[in-house]
Amino acid sequence: MELDPLLLSRIQFAFVVAFHAIFPVFTIGLASYIALLNGLFFKTENQAWDRLALFWTRVFAVVFGMGVVSGIVMSFQFGTNWSNFSLATANFLGPMLSYEVVTAFFLEAAFLGVLLFGRGKVPQGVHLFASIMVALGTFISSFWILSANSWMHTPTGFEVIDGRFQITDWSDAIFNPSFPFRFSHMVIASFLTGGFVVAGVSAWYLLIGRDAEANKKALSMCLWMLLFLAPVQAVVGDFHGINTLEHQPTKVAAMEGNWETMRNAPLLLFAVPDQEAQQNHFEIGIPSLASIILTHSADGEVPGIRKASPEEQPPVAIVFWSFRVMVGLGFLMIAVVFMGLWLRRGGRVFEHRGYLQTLRVMTAAPFIAVLAGWIVTETGRAPWLVYGVMSHAEGLTPSLTGGMALFTLIGYMAVYAVVFCAGVYYLTRVVRQGMLPGQPDFSDDIERPSRPLSAAHATFDDASRTTMGG
Amino acid sequence: METFDLSLIWALIIGFAVIMYVVMDGFDLGLGILFPFAPDEDARDVMMNSVAPVWDGNETWLVLGGAGLLAAFPLVYSVFLPALYIGVFLMLAGLIFRGVAFEFRFKSRRRRIWWNRAFCWGSAVATFAQGAVVGSYIQGFAVEDFVYVGDAFDWLSPFTVLTGLGMMAGYALLGATWLILKSEGHVQDWAYRIAPTLLIAVLAVFAIISVWTPFLDPNVWSRWFDHIQLIWVLPALSMACAFTIFRSVRRRDEGLPFIATLGLFIFTYLGLVASKWPVIVPPNYTIWDAASAPESQLFLLIGMLFVIPVVLTYTAWSYWVFRGKVKVGEGYH
Repeated sequence: MELDPLLLSRIQFAFVVAFHAIFPVFTIGLASYIALLNGLFFKTENQAWDRLALFWTRVFAVVFGMGVVSGIVMSFQFGTNWSNFSLATANFLGPMLSYEVVTAFFLEAAFLGVLLFGRGKVPQGVHLFASIMVALGTFISSFWILSANSWMHTPTGFEVIDGRFQITDWSDAIFNPSFPFRFSHMVIASFLTGGFVVAGVSAWYLLIGRDAEANKKALSMCLWMLLFLAPVQAVVGDFHGINTLEHQPTKVAAMEGNWETMRNAPLLLFAVPDQEAQQNHFEIGIPSLASIILTHSADGEVPGIRKASPEEQPPVAIVFWSFRVMVGLGFLMIAVVFMGLWLRRGGRVFEHRGYLQTLRVMTAAPFIAVLAGWIVTETGRAPWLVYGVMSHAEGLTPSLTGGMALFTLIGYMAVYAVVFCAGVYYLTRVVRQGMLPGQPDFSDDIERPSRPLSAAHATFDDASRTTMGG
Repeated sequence: METFDLSLIWALIIGFAVIMYVVMDGFDLGLGILFPFAPDEDARDVMMNSVAPVWDGNETWLVLGGAGLLAAFPLVYSVFLPALYIGVFLMLAGLIFRGVAFEFRFKSRRRRIWWNRAFCWGSAVATFAQGAVVGSYIQGFAVEDFVYVGDAFDWLSPFTVLTGLGMMAGYALLGATWLILKSEGHVQDWAYRIAPTLLIAVLAVFAIISVWTPFLDPNVWSRWFDHIQLIWVLPALSMACAFTIFRSVRRRDEGLPFIATLGLFIFTYLGLVASKWPVIVPPNYTIWDAASAPESQLFLLIGMLFVIPVVLTYTAWSYWVFRGKVKVGEGYH
């Protein structure tokens, strides 16, 4: 069998980027939450906020560390597998991706150490300031990455000279048409992720009856935030979709599973798209609803996939179903947070075991939704790498063979399996250890190296528990 | 852009990042290579503790240099990485395993032996791959019309195997002299014992490479032999450093062996740069051929000029905080 370096490279990139994405999508939301907790403690002097902040900072340290490791691999992927693309787009993507690195290093050098290790050693106000700066830094980091990614979807402000993209207008390129929508959609997704994880972990602590006072506070504030943000995300997602309709109609057509351009397009709840026959099987839909959602009018025109020639169509089934997974989970999240509002009457929300179990399970939902969403937008762009200008095949490294790509694909999977298992296993130990009673003393910290994981204060296996007490 | 040459400034920045990375990550990778030969587990604890506070900051320079290359010299990025495809993977895998081992070895007792192995193998593989990168750079790349057209294993030749082994010996020497500086007692005695052997290995490899290189690249030949030039100062200084290492180890100086080893690396590196300058993608492309648009170089330069002093300050501060000897049974509880 002939190994296809293009397909293998796409699978490899999808794998490493999906693996990487789960860490920042969590830390962006969590960093803001930690800043909020530190702010509340600063204002109210209530020890519960402090203990929550301390616990979640330890979780943050582990997840941030894993994100940094997987991020290093990302920065080499462009060159190893997509060298033609790298060379052609370097004038724009080079500075954008480098600014992300610059932001991250600046953040790490200046503020992360203070957040992780400065507690009790620097004035409380300085510590609060550092945690706000770390939260702000995560936004700036995602600003660069999402601007670069959006530019690949809706490239503007450039001209192609001798096969290279030359930037003619930097602000047009940075603030390209899909950027504001993608950025807001992603930031809210990060908050939803952080919110559901904190809610899920707090619910679990309440189920086993640990630290009820602090965890009730955490769960309550998360549910209020989610009650607001989950519906807002649906609205923002709708705007994002309308923006995509304008710039990438074929992607929207694939999301809707709509082959022919038509008015009164139905919203398909179920279908089996058949790329070869260029049609769906077993369609179940609600009449005119797709037109209403996308154009806000029942007889609005929805583009069809067949507008693009079969070679320029994305794999419809993947886009169609990933979109349904994302939206389905989005509505599930909205339902769960409204159920929480209803259970608040009489304070049942903190005692209802079924609901707390539901929240525990829902911890996974935002991660799956985010990955599904990225699959929709990235697969839906196919066959384009830079939309309408450069295809995947044109961007691929010419010297790459199928064997090389397969070797590294298996290699990265093996490496990540080890890292991920070790990381998640360790994270569960941190969570099991839970909030440390009273005012914990880590005065030996000054003797410890100031690396992110050192802030987690949990042991890797039981045998060392007694010797690692601190 | 006529007033100053952005490509030249960027070449200086990237060159600085590369040597910072080599000397700083070099000694902690070197300790990983020496790990299996350490006299006992106490010595291994000391070795790891001596670099634990600073090792990930050291790797900052690798990422900074890599990102800077894409932005300032995209041709380097888009030729080196495809040409070194397998090597880059091995290097990253090695660095990741080593990083994970660093974090979890301290937090583990029962599974410690596995983290020791991951630390050693990760360091050794990453170092060998970096040496092979240097060898490939000296060798030159098969490039046509700005695109790499060579094979998957062009980077693995007798010459690059030699540079890979040379890099392992060099990093091990850096690690040993660092350990002389940071340890005491039986650990330091051991480091004093192995340093001269490592130095001889390094010098042997350097000698073969120096003789071999001019035959690989005629430009290098003419650079060194056409007329007597000032650049002969660089190998002379390298030799002076090597001599200083020998003498200071014998006199049991504590700081000088490490400083002289740094000097050996820096002058050898400058000698390599002097051989190739201004070619950055050998054999044909100069830094100006490989450059991105001046606006792109300028755009990122602003950020770099801001962040480099911050990173340097932070680096200096963490070395200052963790100065002094690392004792057995100290540092971690």
